[in-house]
Amino acid sequence: MHIPDGYLSPATCAVMYAAAAPFWYTASRKVKEVLTSKTVPLLSIFAAFSFTIMMFNAPVPDGTTAHAVGGTLMAIILGPWAATIGVSIALLIQAIFFGDGGILAFGANCFNMAVVLPLVGYFVYRAISGDTPLTSARHWIGAAIGGYVGINAAALCAAIEFGIQPVLFHAADGTPLYCPYGLSAAIPAMMLAHLTVAGLAEGVVSGGVVAFLQRAMPSLMELRKVEEALP
Amino acid sequence: MKGINKLWIALVVLALLSPLGLLASGTAWGEWGADEFSAMLGYVPQGLARLAGLWSAPLPDYTILGLGDVPGYILSAFIGMALVVLCAWGLGRLLARAQ
Repeated sequence: MHIPDGYLSPATCAVMYAAAAPFWYTASRKVKEVLTSKTVPLLSIFAAFSFTIMMFNAPVPDGTTAHAVGGTLMAIILGPWAATIGVSIALLIQAIFFGDGGILAFGANCFNMAVVLPLVGYFVYRAISGDTPLTSARHWIGAAIGGYVGINAAALCAAIEFGIQPVLFHAADGTPLYCPYGLSAAIPAMMLAHLTVAGLAEGVVSGGVVAFLQRAMPSLMELRKVEEALP
Repeated sequence: MKGINKLWIALVVLALLSPLGLLASGTAWGEWGADEFSAMLGYVPQGLARLAGLWSAPLPDYTILGLGDVPGYILSAFIGMALVVLCAWGLGRLLARAQ
């Protein structure tokens, strides 16, 4: 889902930076309230986890590949705003050092994977887990379904960004200047990859790690509750 | 925090397993290079050709010059994780409440 440079017009890239900016701003303010010297190492760990889990490309039936992001998991443990910061950092390092995702497209990639993904995933998780005790199965089930829904919401956003390009930006003779595939090609392709493979991967990662932490490190699961109690 | 060391170890294991991500051949949808476009469409969209080479990453596609795919991928994972941790730690400390 890392949109490279050249697929989106510079104008689209500017709009997507503008769309991500208020979320970065809010995240930096919210994180200031909840992050303590004790949770900074955890932000680092989960951001590094997100970076690495994105390297696990899985095959999609149409011959392409897709991967999990780990953003929902970070949102469940540290809160959705910390996840926005954490995934954005992972995407920044990927773009600058590894050429995975563009520099101009960084705003769009952050909007999709660092904003939409953790926020949607988190709200689905909260809707399912509700006020049940932290040992309840509804936490890992909510994490799994939240991960699945979150990454698919992000993929849909990316598909729309790709898909509007040929309509909006083409040469005088109609030849597309940037992404040549319209909505009718981009949406089915992106959704096939994410409704099947990447959604499953994100669901297993979120649900699996939460189930593990519920048993092995329940104190981590309580972090966010502490944060929510703060004014 | 108790047990946090286990999470660091888990990250190291994850990095060592990362070459599993190389098993899937093919490119993610919408992440093709200009050469792949020539093969698929017979042309490279003009704007795409102009912007695609905007930035040259030092370790493109998690490869390291002089290393094979697998060791390059593993070392890339470690380098990337180190940079992410550095960045997150720095920003985190900057943003964290003074305690």
